[in-house]
Amino acid sequence: MPEPVVVAVTAPLALALAASLLGGRRGRWPGLLAAAAVVAAVALLTRDVVAHGPVRHQVGGWGAPLGIDLFVDGLALLFLWLSAGVGAAATVYATAYFHDDEAAGAFWPAWLTLWGGLQAVFVTADLFNAYVGLELLGLAAVALVALGGGRAIGAATRYLLVSMLGSLLYLLGVALLYAAHGTLDLSRLAAAAGEDGLERAALAAMLAGLLFKTAIVPLHAWLPPAHADAPGPASAVLSALVVKATLYLALRLWTALPGLATAGWLVGALGAAAVLWGGLHALRAPRLKLLVAYSTVGQLGYVLLAFPLLPSSAAVAGAAYQALAHGVAKAALFLAASTVLRAAGGDRLDDLRGLGHRLPVTAVAFGLAGASIVGLPPSGGFVAKWLLLTAAVRAGAWWVVLVIALGGLLAAAYVLRVVGRSLAPAHAGAPPLKAPRRLEWTALALALASVALGLVAAWPLALLEGLAP
Amino acid sequence: MTLATWYALVGALLAALGLHGAVVRRHLLRKVLALNLAASGVFLLLVAPGARGPTTDPVPQAMVITGIVVAVSASALAIWLARRLHAETGRAALPDAEDDRA
Amino acid sequence: MTDLDPSFWLPALTVLSSLLPGVAISALPEERHRTRTALNLAGALAKLVLVGVMLLGIERGASYETRLPLVAGLDLVLHARALPMLFVTLSALLWLLTTVYAIGYLEGSPNRARFFGAFSVCVSATTGVALAGSLLTFVVFYELLTLATYPLVVHRGTPEALRAGRVYLAYTLGGGALVLVASVWLHALAGPFDFVEGGAADLRMIDRGALTAIFALLIAGLGVKTALVPLHGWLPVAMVAPAPVSALLHAVAVVKAGAFGVVRVVYDVFGIGLCADLGVTRPLALLAAATILWGSVRALHQDELKRRLAYSTVSQVSYVVLGVAVAGPMATIGGLVHLVHQGLMKITLFFCAGNLAETLEVHRVSQLRGVGRRMPLTMAAFTVAALGMIGVPPLAGFVSKWFLGLGAIDVGEVWVVPVLVGSSLLNAAYFLPIVRAAWFEEPAGPWPADHAPGRLDAPWLLLGPPLVTAALTLLVGLFAASPLSPLDWCRLIVLREYGP
Repeated sequence: MPEPVVVAVTAPLALALAASLLGGRRGRWPGLLAAAAVVAAVALLTRDVVAHGPVRHQVGGWGAPLGIDLFVDGLALLFLWLSAGVGAAATVYATAYFHDDEAAGAFWPAWLTLWGGLQAVFVTADLFNAYVGLELLGLAAVALVALGGGRAIGAATRYLLVSMLGSLLYLLGVALLYAAHGTLDLSRLAAAAGEDGLERAALAAMLAGLLFKTAIVPLHAWLPPAHADAPGPASAVLSALVVKATLYLALRLWTALPGLATAGWLVGALGAAAVLWGGLHALRAPRLKLLVAYSTVGQLGYVLLAFPLLPSSAAVAGAAYQALAHGVAKAALFLAASTVLRAAGGDRLDDLRGLGHRLPVTAVAFGLAGASIVGLPPSGGFVAKWLLLTAAVRAGAWWVVLVIALGGLLAAAYVLRVVGRSLAPAHAGAPPLKAPRRLEWTALALALASVALGLVAAWPLALLEGLAP
Repeated sequence: MTLATWYALVGALLAALGLHGAVVRRHLLRKVLALNLAASGVFLLLVAPGARGPTTDPVPQAMVITGIVVAVSASALAIWLARRLHAETGRAALPDAEDDRA
Repeated sequence: MTDLDPSFWLPALTVLSSLLPGVAISALPEERHRTRTALNLAGALAKLVLVGVMLLGIERGASYETRLPLVAGLDLVLHARALPMLFVTLSALLWLLTTVYAIGYLEGSPNRARFFGAFSVCVSATTGVALAGSLLTFVVFYELLTLATYPLVVHRGTPEALRAGRVYLAYTLGGGALVLVASVWLHALAGPFDFVEGGAADLRMIDRGALTAIFALLIAGLGVKTALVPLHGWLPVAMVAPAPVSALLHAVAVVKAGAFGVVRVVYDVFGIGLCADLGVTRPLALLAAATILWGSVRALHQDELKRRLAYSTVSQVSYVVLGVAVAGPMATIGGLVHLVHQGLMKITLFFCAGNLAETLEVHRVSQLRGVGRRMPLTMAAFTVAALGMIGVPPLAGFVSKWFLGLGAIDVGEVWVVPVLVGSSLLNAAYFLPIVRAAWFEEPAGPWPADHAPGRLDAPWLLLGPPLVTAALTLLVGLFAASPLSPLDWCRLIVLREYGP
């Protein structure tokens, strides 16, 4: 039987090939197969980790430093579950989303490639291997954005250039780190790491690259248009998953290498700026998907706020849980927003009046996921906020507390822009809206999951706490 | 100056030139070329330590090959996008960032 | 304790008894009126039965606790003890009455599925707030309450309602953020702890400055829902909501949740002894006194009936806070019992105001002349409740004020007595003219409308609930001294809070 950790990466990649061979809308069958394979593989992997502790697998039996090691612990599992759950939902959504063969024919191979790259980043123990995964998912992500056509082409181009630039910086850092220590395996690096200048330069370059690709203020301008103009399921995976890959690597680097501790305050300050900037822009966004995209910029900032508080376990848990909760809730928001866009032919906020009874399931999905984004209990976002606040209070970082509180109020204000309008009566003569059931219910399922994350938090957190390095 | 240092310096110079060009130039083709130049600089930096000893370390070589493949694919995608953009807008430069007016 | 132990699951079931019908109702198509009504009433009755079972159990010394791990070593705790049961019983009873009233009130109006769904979730959140056995649990349900009441406040969907919704959320979410920060802070310093009668044990080790700051943050946050001056601005604005919602906000859920939170913080988190040591009870009492007087003064100037009632709530809820903050056993009994008494009286008033608006489209105090002849039953209920609010013996309000006054004198806080007297005079000044105009003056002309010509006052669904609550207002006052009356129950609570 193949190792689940290998299946989790290779199944989407192999099926991407199948999807491109089949072509057109038939690509949905390999897509659904990949979803089943990924979920099953991650479930098996979880069983192994729970039973035997972190899993390390040497691909082809080569072993580090020459070969490539895969490594899965509680932190990796959390992100793998995020990817498996949101990926599966986006897959189901996409089967009902694309009408025409041309868009579907491009979507399925690109999405499955992206998924494989993403999984590769989450299971890698090697920083160069991570680079390969990042590139794979980066290029596929650009292709997904470009699928939107029209305005999306410019956004995709900008995204690609930023992504290339970020990758180069990251690669530069990898090169310097290899020059300093002769290895790129994370656990070996953690053992070898010291306070030398070359290492610092390396980490600085890697970090800058990762922040570029994560769209952190002031390097964020590419994200909102790219995420807003992509086709529905693509928006969801871009905002929920793709930006998490780089955050995950940053978190890994931080917990492994003590040399980064001093830069924590800088990253935290960037995070604070992101929370406020993203929130304020979401308050002014004229279109629903753009609003949701700006919200992503702000919500990613929360994760960065944890960096100055590392390596406290509450901060690690808070950052990871924020990434998880935001991913699930944001995917629900984007899927719901895309359903509205599809059904109404436009997503200007002023046209959303009466959404509550014109598309009730979608409106409820948006409201529930929005509550998690705001951080209202009992939702995943609330648990993440509680953990982050705990870490901040313990560290005496009152500015972080203030930013989290303000960010929550900003989020409430922009979510309310949508919810308030959907509860208002519709404009006279507004046509009734119809959307395929599968679109509506997939978004609702994710929204319910984002709330459930607040109720079952004890389990994933135990996984994280028992097993984080 | 050893050969390794020389490689590293030239690599750093190329990387810096490329990064500068990628940020400053507006024409998309120039941006792509500049990024490729920067990539070459980084690759040179990567192989530079290999020139230190009598035997060559294979790991950086393997990385550079991977990096070249990635750079080529990314460039191809970028050029395709630039052509689409040119076909749609008649310009080969990025439109101004979409602001809130949308 | 096994998973099937009823004493483990009863508190959780009490919350779920309204939550599950709420979810089912939201999912139900709009036109399934009968199924919806059945679900509503089944939930409300189930909750009453569950509460009854627990009440009898507690009387015999049993204890009920649901405990599930939630986050970072903290549990979701729901426990049924003497103090929570006071609030739960009140909300379960009034929920049933308000549901009946709302079914009548919203007859034929749109979006009822959404309304009753949110309504049930709102009551579940209130039950959770009442039964919360730890600060985290309290915060969870307290915020859920905010969330569930928003669709009710904006129910009509008019620009005015939407604006009221925004104001409401701005206030309550702001307050919620303060409560959240304070709770995290306290847990970061003290580790996990539950609500314990007499206060959590380990707090005395903590730096006094930090404790005082946490207390201030908590009170400021809770003060929003309690409508303590100057955080009361949302309450009159939220009056645009339909009458059953106002009844719910004022008597059952929102302001009560805030006041109950203050009680919990003072008695079961800090403990009254520690609060007195920190010197925070006196400022809190002064704030409550100021709110009592200011609310009454503002109520005098409102011509719109519901706004007058809203300011009256601002004033009356602070009796609870005052009783708690004066920090003597007698005053505490007065404050706690007012939690129940104010609920009964205020919900009667809102039901009556709703009936006036529904039947005659009368919204202003100045239109009430002679209305007693047209709607005698409604106005009789109104009069009983209004006299109760003023504190006329032997009605409910008198009992609360009596204990508050005596309790304050007991612990040497004599200044409270003039506050109570002043407030009662003001209460009389804004309620008695209404009563006099309704009964003893001639109608100025025809009513703006008459939706039930020839019939008595209003449909029975609208008339029954206020008559029941008015009767209760009379009964809890008359039989205050008998066992299992609210007053008796409050004695039990105070006995446990202050120790043997």
